[in-house]
Amino acid sequence: MTSAVPTVHDMTTEQALPAEQPGPAKKKLAVVGAGMVAHRLVEALVERGADQSWDIEVFGDETRPPYDRVALTSFFSDRDPEDLLLGDGSLWRRPGVRLYRGSVVSRIDREARQVHARSTTFDYDKLVLATGSYATVPPVSGSDLPGCFVYRTVDDVAELRQWVLDREAALGRKVKGAVVGGGLLGLEAAGALTALGADTTVVEFAEWLMPLQVDRAGGGALRRIIEQMGVSVRTSTATSRLKAGRDGKVSRLQFADGEKIAADVVVFATGVRPRDELARDSGLEVGERGGVVADPGCLTSDESIYAIGEVAQIAGRVWGLVGPGYTMAEVVADRLLGGTATFEGADLSTKLKLLGVDVASFGDAFAATNGSLEVVYADPTAGVYKKLVMSDDAQTLLGGMLVGDASAYTNLRPMVGRALGSDPTGWLLPEGMEPPSGSALPDDATVCSCNNVTAGQVRCAVTDEGCTDLAGVKACTKAGTSCGSCVSLVKKLVDVQLSEAGIEVSNALCEHFAFTRAQLFDIVRVSEISTFSELVAQHGTGHGCDICRPVAASILSSLGKGHVLDGENAALQDTNDHVMANLQKDGTYSVVPRIPGGEVTPEGLIVIGQVAADYGLYTKITGGQRIDLFGARIEQLPGIWKRLVDAGFESGHAYGKSLRTVKSCVGQSWCRYGVQDSTTLAIDLELRYRGLRSPHKLKLGVSGCARECAEARGKDVGIIATDQGWNMYVGGNGGFTPRHAQLFAEDLTTEELVRAIDRFLMYYVRTADRLQRTAPWLESVEGGIDAVRAVVLEDSLGIAADLDAAMEAHVGAYEDEWAATLADEKKLQRFASFVNAPETPDPDLVYVEERGQRRPADEAERAVLIAGASLPVRPKEVLA
Amino acid sequence: MTTWTRVCAVDDLVPDRGAAALVDGHQVAIFRLSDSGAIHAVDHLDPFSHANVMARGLVGSRLGTPTVASPMHKQSFDLVTGQCLDDPAVSLQVWPTRVADGWVEVGSAAA
Ligand code: SRM
Ligand SMILES: Cc1cc2nc3c(=O)[nH]c(=O)nc-3n(C[C@H](O)[C@H](O)[C@H](O)COP(=O)(O)OP(=O)(O)OC[C@H]3O[C@@H](n4cnc5c(N)ncnc54)[C@H](O)[C@@H]3O)c2cc1C
Ligand code: SF4
Ligand code: FES
Repeated sequence: MTSAVPTVHDMTTEQALPAEQPGPAKKKLAVVGAGMVAHRLVEALVERGADQSWDIEVFGDETRPPYDRVALTSFFSDRDPEDLLLGDGSLWRRPGVRLYRGSVVSRIDREARQVHARSTTFDYDKLVLATGSYATVPPVSGSDLPGCFVYRTVDDVAELRQWVLDREAALGRKVKGAVVGGGLLGLEAAGALTALGADTTVVEFAEWLMPLQVDRAGGGALRRIIEQMGVSVRTSTATSRLKAGRDGKVSRLQFADGEKIAADVVVFATGVRPRDELARDSGLEVGERGGVVADPGCLTSDESIYAIGEVAQIAGRVWGLVGPGYTMAEVVADRLLGGTATFEGADLSTKLKLLGVDVASFGDAFAATNGSLEVVYADPTAGVYKKLVMSDDAQTLLGGMLVGDASAYTNLRPMVGRALGSDPTGWLLPEGMEPPSGSALPDDATVCSCNNVTAGQVRCAVTDEGCTDLAGVKACTKAGTSCGSCVSLVKKLVDVQLSEAGIEVSNALCEHFAFTRAQLFDIVRVSEISTFSELVAQHGTGHGCDICRPVAASILSSLGKGHVLDGENAALQDTNDHVMANLQKDGTYSVVPRIPGGEVTPEGLIVIGQVAADYGLYTKITGGQRIDLFGARIEQLPGIWKRLVDAGFESGHAYGKSLRTVKSCVGQSWCRYGVQDSTTLAIDLELRYRGLRSPHKLKLGVSGCARECAEARGKDVGIIATDQGWNMYVGGNGGFTPRHAQLFAEDLTTEELVRAIDRFLMYYVRTADRLQRTAPWLESVEGGIDAVRAVVLEDSLGIAADLDAAMEAHVGAYEDEWAATLADEKKLQRFASFVNAPETPDPDLVYVEERGQRRPADEAERAVLIAGASLPVRPKEVLA
Repeated sequence: MTTWTRVCAVDDLVPDRGAAALVDGHQVAIFRLSDSGAIHAVDHLDPFSHANVMARGLVGSRLGTPTVASPMHKQSFDLVTGQCLDDPAVSLQVWPTRVADGWVEVGSAAA
């Protein structure tokens, strides 16, 4: 066994400590393939301390560390590929664990016990094959034309997306897409193409869609729903060749029946095949239809080599889901530590949301059991098909499939093999059956099939391991951490178990307060409490944290209990609120003066420009119709604000969970279509609600006519002028899940409108959860928007006068935080850069110039600039 | 041997709010806790974001341990040991502190 660190040339390696370590010789484990199952293996080994006795080297040919392939499609909802990474990366920085990325293993030398990766060889004592599968492409001519894709890796989907966007731009029309294969992956790919704006056709060889999961009737239901969404479906269709257009790119699909369709992009989703070539080449036993043959201990025909995940063939079959792969990973981890665990097969149930359609199949979905009975519920107009497979006495649930509405899945799946009660059809009706209460589920029922966790293990996590909430149970058992479909059931089990143990089910804010934000709000409202220390002494424990402190600060401020930065309150604020500016990545801050309604005088613009020029601040017009000045050092903030305040500006609260902007169009005063004065209304509203502290930030918009140039329906409160007055919309939101605001009230006078907004905002401030914007809040309120409308417009709770008074109090007490701070010597002390050198700038700041302004230098630029090396970084130059 | 640098009066430190100080060329974050009155000093440099911001983080506690959370991305650190509570591989250097005549002093190892 060599202990020398291999020379790694063109590979990216991630590792923290040098490998040389004295002490007992460690054995070497090589893991080939760095996918989901390899990740679980290493995680399991580290959890059990096996990194003390094993040096673990993992080789993956992809350039990224292991990521969540199951969630690959979410890449299209603009998720950063980084978000898909499994774990937080610290696994790969541990001593004794090493990940080689972008590194193909080309050969295994079983005699010498070595793997070859690029130009280097690595010794091993034990080897684990976890190379997964590759996507197959049918052997038809033209399947390698530019514009043909498979759907397996982040790189695949990134290229696919780029291709569609490029083609759309080049062709100047909607792209036509075809997906060959109408199974699970094919429909997922069709969803992705549709989301990218392509006209999509799914081509399936079998007689119906998803033939492996659902029967003919289910496939028919699925087809109807999918076609209603504008996706074309062709079944019983074999693709015979693909043809290129004049530019050499794919342009047409030809079918065996002679028909053809146009296609600017084609995705093959015709199946996967185990990547067993390494095993074949090194003479390991490989199954007839592929897959490295392994015993229930995951050991291959070589006793130093294990196979796990999609590449392994155990008990005569390959297991194409992540759940069984994870179980195999646990088995091998146990074996490497001397255990005797075995893989006993796995639940192949699946539940998916494809193109927004629920599809689930579980247990003996095709009624293969002798004498089994089928109970079917179908509602073609609603696009729902549900089937239960029961034992011959109609007592025991054997399996089932659900298309269109799979809400019953989480409750039904654990019941497989158990009696369903007197009337199984009850489970299929639209309202569903009263699901079994969490306590009815037997301990050995699997609740999470991805991670093979039973109801008993979940309960145990609460009773024996001391977990006190869902997050704890997820961390402890891993239940719910993969596809997520079981989370609601796991939560139910946890809640039942907690209340049985006499522990109140926690909606607690954090470890210091056993209350929700809304409860804390009420406590503070009806009590004399006006400081955090009183609050935590009387109603909490400990010393607070970065969660409850800012919440308390916001509540105290919403209730008018003092300036946010007065006295003890100062210690509650995040740095943004504390210094009334927004922290930037290099530790400097940004400055945003309020520009109500986006209206600014030329003189005002000149002052802002002059301040920016004098302090060397980067300036940018924000998405909120105002100007942001970036790169102010903490000790510069008072000087900058003194000049702005003197010129009549005030804080824009870009830092606070409070009103940001009221966006406005120019409206009736200039626009030839305007029917009301939107700018004046926007300015009035911005001045009315400025400074109001709330659970999350608030944005409003006012448009002068239905053309909606202010994008008011993207705001928490949107107002659109009508001939008669104003229409009010609520619950609009950008961010990760954009939502359009919904109509709340029509043709209000300005006075009615202001009153309705007052009450709406105050009700939100009082009852919403921490960091819950208006859109999710409206969804969470019992009765939804109708209930809120009743509170605001009809005073259904009898609190309207109270809400009105609270808003009046806010408006009356408003003062500009920055003006107040500048007038207070004591508060100005917090802007010192260093207590013992208040005016000394942070010596580590480094900037480069770009497009005539400066920005923080990145790591590489810093290295060069600080080292003073002669490497030119032109055309940029140092400014600071 | 430890040399002690006088950085500020005890009263200059707002309870539960940090302050940065220059000690022997290093940027140090100093905290005075409201409950115990204890004074802790750790690196001002946030090891995750590489910005000098730790003194501007929120002070709190986790199961009794006094903590500070980085204001950049909210990782919590044990103020006594400097250990990051969200990533075992990361920690802040801890600096010794003492109070002399109402002054806060931070210690550094002299060469
Ligand atoms: C400066 C600006 C981008 C720009 O260059 O234009 C910006 C910058 C930031 N945005 Fe934004 N957002 C800006 C307009 C927007 C908009 C567009 C708009 O307001 O019309 C949106 C989508 C609309 C919406 O809010 O619904 C937007 C959605 C977000 C979100 C997602 C909120 C959500 O509900 O999910 C965050 C994250 C958060 O607040 O938790 C965010 C957070 C942030 C933070 C505060 C992130 C941070 O903590 O550092 C950024 C710091 C601002 C700074 O340093 O000054 N920003 N941000 C815009 C400032 C507007 C202003 O004048 O106040
Ligand atoms: C879009 C999509 C959706 C899916 N949805 C679900 C779902 O909802 N539920 C579910 O259970 N499963 C789902 N799956 C299947 C699931 O992703 C796989 O079962 C799982 O990833 C298998 O894990 P693995 O580690 O065996 O293989 P992989 O995750 O494929 O990892 C194998 C890795 O090894 C690398 N590799 C191969 N050969 C070599 C070599 N010679 N040298 C170096 N590296 C090599 C590969 O590049 C790959 O990175 C889905 C798959 C896809 C593509
Ligand atoms: S400005 Fe907004 S969108 Fe841009 S990086 Fe910051 S938070 Fe993200
Ligand atoms: S069933 Fe997939 S995470 Fe639990």
